[in-house]
Amino acid sequence: MTKVAAMVGTDAIAEAMRQINPDVVPAYPITPQTSIVETYAQMVADKLVDTEMINVESEHSALSAAIGAAAAGSRVMTATSSQGLALMWEMLYIASGLRLPIVMTNVNRALSAPVNIHCDHSDSMGARDAGWIQLYSEDAQEAYDNIIQAVRIAEHPDVLLPVMVLMDGFIISHSLGRVELLEDQPVKNFVGTIQPPYSLLDTKNPPSFGAFDGLHGYYFEVKRAQAQGMLNASAVIKKVGTEFAGISGRSYDFFETYRLEDAEYAIIALGSAAGTARTAVDELREQGERVGLLKLRMFRPFPAQELVDALSHIKAAAVLDRSDTLAGSIGGPVFVELRSAFYEAEKKPRLYNFIYGLGGRELDINMMKQTVETIQTGMSDGVVQSSVAYLGVRE
Amino acid sequence: MSKSWDVSEISKWGWSKHPVGAVIPEPATTNRYVTGGWRSLRPILDLEKCVHCFICFIFCPDSSILVENEKMDGFKLEHCKGCGICAQVCPKNAIHMMNEAEALGLEQCLLPDDDKKDKKEDKSA
Amino acid sequence: MAIKLSEIVKQKELLAGGHRMCAGCGAPIAVRQVLHAAPQDAQIVVSGATGCLAVSTAIYPYSAWQTSFIHSAFENASATISGIEAAYIALKKQGKIGKDFRFVVFGGDGGTYDIGFQALSGMLERGHRVLYVCYNNEAYMNTGTQRSGATPMGTWTTTSPYGKGSSGKTQNRKDLTAIAAAHNIPYVAQAAVHHWRDTVAKAQKAFAVDGPAFLNILAPCHRGWRYPMEKTIELSKMATEACIWPLYEVENGEWRLTGKVQNKQELRGYLKVQGRFSHLFKPENEGVIEQMQEFVDQQWEALLVRCGEK
Repeated sequence: MTKVAAMVGTDAIAEAMRQINPDVVPAYPITPQTSIVETYAQMVADKLVDTEMINVESEHSALSAAIGAAAAGSRVMTATSSQGLALMWEMLYIASGLRLPIVMTNVNRALSAPVNIHCDHSDSMGARDAGWIQLYSEDAQEAYDNIIQAVRIAEHPDVLLPVMVLMDGFIISHSLGRVELLEDQPVKNFVGTIQPPYSLLDTKNPPSFGAFDGLHGYYFEVKRAQAQGMLNASAVIKKVGTEFAGISGRSYDFFETYRLEDAEYAIIALGSAAGTARTAVDELREQGERVGLLKLRMFRPFPAQELVDALSHIKAAAVLDRSDTLAGSIGGPVFVELRSAFYEAEKKPRLYNFIYGLGGRELDINMMKQTVETIQTGMSDGVVQSSVAYLGVRE
Repeated sequence: MSKSWDVSEISKWGWSKHPVGAVIPEPATTNRYVTGGWRSLRPILDLEKCVHCFICFIFCPDSSILVENEKMDGFKLEHCKGCGICAQVCPKNAIHMMNEAEALGLEQCLLPDDDKKDKKEDKSA
Repeated sequence: MAIKLSEIVKQKELLAGGHRMCAGCGAPIAVRQVLHAAPQDAQIVVSGATGCLAVSTAIYPYSAWQTSFIHSAFENASATISGIEAAYIALKKQGKIGKDFRFVVFGGDGGTYDIGFQALSGMLERGHRVLYVCYNNEAYMNTGTQRSGATPMGTWTTTSPYGKGSSGKTQNRKDLTAIAAAHNIPYVAQAAVHHWRDTVAKAQKAFAVDGPAFLNILAPCHRGWRYPMEKTIELSKMATEACIWPLYEVENGEWRLTGKVQNKQELRGYLKVQGRFSHLFKPENEGVIEQMQEFVDQQWEALLVRCGEK
C-alpha cells in the first residue's frame, strides 16, 4: 500500500504537495528551498497537478498572492527560506490576521548578515509570534507527514490559521532519507476539500477583506479571536495527528519522548538535531546514564503545560536552540519559552541552554554528549553555572 | 438582497461575535452610514433648468445623485458631503449651493464663516 | 459604441456613498467612472493598495464596495490580485465558479509609482487579466501630502518643502504610463477625471482586453493641492490643457493621443490656482516655472512624435 522511497526533503515536500494538489501555488526561489519550486513547476508542466502556479517576483509577492488566493476561497501552498521569510514578514501577520489557512514550508536557513546559506532556525524563530502555527520536522518523513496534516489543521473551522512546516536546510532538504509515501487517494480523502467561511468569489454576498479598523476600535476583539484560533489549534493538531495514524501508521503529537520516563537528565531539541540526540541518548544509556530525549514538534502553539508534565521529574535538562534571541543573557527562543513554562511548576528541572549550529555549524554526537556531561557536572557540583552556553563556537 | 448583518450594537459585541478575520460579510454596508452630516453647503436643484444630462452624476464623488425614471431626482442627502462639484459642472446652472443651516431653517446654527463674520462685527461695534 | 450617460445611470452603482473620502475628492470619481465601464454581467473583485481610497471605503464594519474587496497592504495590491485571479482560473477549471469575474486594482500614486512598483511590474509581466488603475493625485495624501515619484518638480509637499535652500521638489516625476507601456501589455492609457467620456471609453477597452491593462488617472486632491474643493474637475481640465497631463492610450503598442489640445495653455495659469505652487511666484524662486514649462514642453513634443501627430 505505501511506497518506500529514498528522497531528499525538498522532493518529499513536493510529492506531498502533488498529492494535496492545491489550487494555487505562488512561489519564489531561494536556496535551499529552490528545488521544491523547481520540482513542483515540473509537476505543473507535466500536468500531474491542477494547480495554478504563479512565479512571482519576490517572496513578499508570493505571500501576498497566497493571501489573495486564499481570500478567494482556494487552497494555497507556498515555500520559502531565510531572507525570503524575512521579506514576507509584513504579510505573515496579515495572513494570520485575516485568518487565511495558507500552508507554507520554510526550509530553515540562517538569516544574514553575514550571508550564509546553511541551516539554523533564526528565520522561523524570528517569526514565532506572527500568528502562524509552527510544526518542526526531524527528517523528510516528518516533513512529508506534517505538510499533509497542516492542510487539515489550517483549514479547521476552529483554527483558520496559516501553518508553517519547518525543515532543516540541507540537513533534511538535500539529504537522501527513507520516506514512506502514502497512496494518492488516502491523502486526497484525508485533506478533503476546503470550506472557506468567506470568499472574494462569492457572487451572492461579495465580502470585504482587510478593512481599516477606523476609529471604532475592534482591533483588540479581532486579535483576541485570533488568539482563540491558536488556543483551539492544540486540540485540532492532536486530533489530526491521531487520525493521520489511521492512514499512515504514524501518529503525531505536540512532541515525542524517547527513553524519558525513567530519565534523570534530558535533552530537548527540535528539527534534525533530535536524530543526533537520540543516538547520544542510546550511547549514554549504554554507559549507564539515565538520559532521555524530548523532541519538540509543535512550537506554535507552545504546549507549555504538556511540557511541564513531561519534564517535571527530570533533574536537569539541556535545551538546544539553533538560534539566538540576541537579547542579552536570556538564551535562545526554545529555552526562553520552556523556562517561562516552568515558572509556576512546583517540581522543575534545572534548565541549561545550549545555542548550537548557527549558520550550519556541525553538531555531532560527542557535542551532544558534552551537553549532558555539562549539566550533570553542574548539578553534582552544586555550582550554578551560566545557564546559557554556545556549543561548538570557536572561542 | 436581504440585509442580514445587523451592526447596530457592534460596539458592544464581545470578541467572539465578530466575523472571522474581521471580514465585512456583505457588500455596500456604507449605505447605512451617514456622511451627510459633514455638509456645510447643500445642493439645491432647480428642476426648471435641469435637462437631465447626468453630468452631475458622473462627477459626484459620493454617488449621491438620485435618478428616478431616467430623470435627475435630486440628491441623496444621507451621503452628500456638500462639495459643490455638481453645481460647478452643471452646464445649465441648475444646481446651487445653499448654506446647510439655512436649508435646515436653523438660524441659530453658526457655521465657522458666520462665526468669523459675527466677531468682525463685534470689533467694529 | 457610443457612451451615453442616460445608459450609465441605469447601471448598478458599484461604489456606494457613505464612504469617508474627503468631500470633493477626485479619487472616487475616477473609481466610479472606471466601474461604470465594467461589463454589466461580470462580477468584480477589487484589490486596494493602502491609501486614502482603501482606508476610507472599507472601515469596519462599513464597506462602500458593492463588489468584493480586499486590502492587504501597501506595496502588494498587484500581487494580491494576481493570487485572486489565479484562484479564479483554478476554481473555474474545476467547475466550482460559473460566473464571469473581472479583477481591478485601485492604487494611489504612492502605491503605484513607488512602493508598489515592483509588484505592479511583476503582475504586468506575468500577464494576469487584471485592470490596474492608479488614481493619481501626485503625492502621499493619506499621510498628509508627502512627495512621491509622481509629484511634479517644483511642488511643495511636506517632505519637499520650500525654504531658503529649496524651491519645492527638485526632481521631475517619472513617466509611469510609458513604463507600463514598456511591458508590452495589451492596453495602457493616461486619463483624467474631467474627461469622463474618455475615461469610461478607456476603461471599457481595458476591461475588454485579454490580459493586463493599466490606467493612470489624474484625480486632483484639493487638500494636498490647495484649491477650493468644488474645483476638482476644473483642475483636472486645466492640467490637460496645459499639457502637464496629456490624455493618450497605447493599444497593442500603438500610441494614440486621445485628447487633442486646441489651445495649449501656459503652465503658469495652472500653477497659479494651486497653493502647492504658490511659492514659485515669489521672487526668490524665479526661473523654476520656466524650468517646469521646459520639461512639460519637451515631454509633450516627444509624446506628439510618439503618437504620430508630428
